[in-house]
Amino acid sequence: MALLEVENLQTHFRTPDGGVNRAVDGLSFNVEAGQTVAIVGESGCGKSVTSMSILRLIPEPPGQIAGQIRFNGKNLLDLSDREMRAIRGNEISMIFQEPMTSLNPVLSIGKQIGEALRLHQGLSRSQAEAKAVEMLTLVGIPAPDKRVKEYPHQLSGGMRQRVMIAIALACNPKLLIADEPTTALDVTIQAQILDLMRDLKHRVGAAIVLITHDLGVVAEVAERVIVMYAGRKVEEARVEDLFRAPKHPYTQGLLGAVPKLGSSLDGTSERLAEIPGLVPSLKQKLQGCVFASRCPQVTELCRTAAPALEEKAPAHIAACHYAVKEAVPA
Amino acid sequence: MSTTIAKPMPRHAGALLEVNDLKKHFPIKAGFFGGTTGHVYAVDGVSFHIEKGETLSLVGESGCGKSTVGKALLRLFPPTAGQVVLDGQRIDDLSQGKLRPIRRRVGVVFQDPFSSLNPRMRVKDLLAEPIRNYGLAKDSADLDERVAKLMDTVRLPRDAVNRWPHEFSGGQRQRICIARALAGEPDLIICDEAVSALDVSVKAQIVNLLQDLQKELGLALLFISHDLAIVEHMTHRVAVMYLGKIVEIAPRRELFSAPKHPYTEALLSAVPVPEPGAARKRIVLKGDVPSPINPPKGCRFHTRCPYAFDRCRTDEPQLQQTEPGQWAACHLHDLPAVKNPLARSAPKLAS
Repeated sequence: MALLEVENLQTHFRTPDGGVNRAVDGLSFNVEAGQTVAIVGESGCGKSVTSMSILRLIPEPPGQIAGQIRFNGKNLLDLSDREMRAIRGNEISMIFQEPMTSLNPVLSIGKQIGEALRLHQGLSRSQAEAKAVEMLTLVGIPAPDKRVKEYPHQLSGGMRQRVMIAIALACNPKLLIADEPTTALDVTIQAQILDLMRDLKHRVGAAIVLITHDLGVVAEVAERVIVMYAGRKVEEARVEDLFRAPKHPYTQGLLGAVPKLGSSLDGTSERLAEIPGLVPSLKQKLQGCVFASRCPQVTELCRTAAPALEEKAPAHIAACHYAVKEAVPA
Repeated sequence: MSTTIAKPMPRHAGALLEVNDLKKHFPIKAGFFGGTTGHVYAVDGVSFHIEKGETLSLVGESGCGKSTVGKALLRLFPPTAGQVVLDGQRIDDLSQGKLRPIRRRVGVVFQDPFSSLNPRMRVKDLLAEPIRNYGLAKDSADLDERVAKLMDTVRLPRDAVNRWPHEFSGGQRQRICIARALAGEPDLIICDEAVSALDVSVKAQIVNLLQDLQKELGLALLFISHDLAIVEHMTHRVAVMYLGKIVEIAPRRELFSAPKHPYTEALLSAVPVPEPGAARKRIVLKGDVPSPINPPKGCRFHTRCPYAFDRCRTDEPQLQQTEPGQWAACHLHDLPAVKNPLARSAPKLAS
């Protein structure tokens, strides 16, 4: 049994005009204990809604979550609000993108780290503060016994993200969801945070679901990758396989659209590959393949029949009628 | 202590844009009477030039002053000191009235296509506004024709001119912003993080469009960005900024293959590469960027530099030429080559 099993997750939102926005439409995936899985895709593909759905942070209504999200065998969607609260921040915790807005500006960071500890582990105020100092040391904040009394505005962006990570890890969660954890940070600070996450993964042993749009970050941190497009999973593979031999035309397009550092050296800096057109609206039920309107290899079959997710190579699944089965070694 | 006086950067008389020792200090007001208690040294002596049809990229992290340079060039605020010369004419000290005809020659595209278009104006009015302002159209038929041509230039359908900005996606809006920047038939476009807010696939479309337009119209671009991979893809030369100063300025290949400033080296090594298991030496810089209110003495980078030595803490390094066209402000290049970790030069292009 995997640590997290998401099965046929459908998160829909009712829109004011009476329609339905199918933000996530039939997503299934597993996360094994201690594994890092990245979910990549562009804005509006449903990757953040997926993470919010796992923690049941979607307001219902207008949202509506269907399917199953099994964590340690328990379906999270069946739990009461009270039972769910015992899991959030304790067994599953989350790091958000904006360290500036996700911290409470009027509480010292020690209080904010200690909050989860006091709530979930019943620590006293002084024990919680001692543990907060320990957590700040773990995430590499200098002079933690002084910093613990400071407020978020006294810290830089990178420091705040470290505090967010300290809060998320305080209760030793089994699963950590990181929603664009480095997107708001500068590259040199991003490098620090990615190093920290890799290092902590080995020390703490939590499984990580990493939500990002940055393929560079995926390549550096993840073990398995799920590519989402218009609310559906279009491809899933081990990270090396995905980057070496992407099967789905959308993944191929994404990889071609990103310039690589060093392009001026080998003289390959040609035009970037474009994916023409736009992401389809999620308000209509899509007939056929979700990528049909932008796919360079589209045929009549793609417009009428939705391709099933098939194993095209060992541990490498993609939803495309024309993806070649069996990987070709590069 | 050695006192080699680095030769100053040469003047570039024939260049389209020449910036000399540009400074922008923002006063910090505090107290009841609003007295000035200090300055934010946002841009502190920056010099560069851009040739006709050339792309120069300004890169650096948040707060390094790269956007301030762009805004000072556009005179969105007056520079504190320095000279800006456009096509042989000084423009930094012109009055607003005299500046108006010059504004036509420098377009700008900002980062956020959602906030930079007036939501209450149709696309045709958005595009007609600068044409009218600069008095470029002979009559209303000519105006319509110019607007339609602009739509063609940025690859948008002509019949979309009657639509409102909210009807367009982010990438399409950025095309409208580019069309607006092109309306005055400029020689130079300043792109301030123009593709940073866009999704990967759309970003590629806009980058390709900018490159095509540069070729078609012979535009010069000042491309302000923090995305080094995009910069490497589309630029001719790069200037790296740190705390209000240019620390290195070099042609693309030299800068990306053999950086001559430790900050450039660290910045390049920090970029995540979309290639799993790529073996790379990563230099993780310690700590954060110091405050531009109180920049460190000596070299501004010495607090985070892995190679810093005594002289860096006291002497401020000047830009010096290390390879043809490549200038770096670092004391390492005064040391003998064996002691200089950045001494290697760019590999020859395999042809």
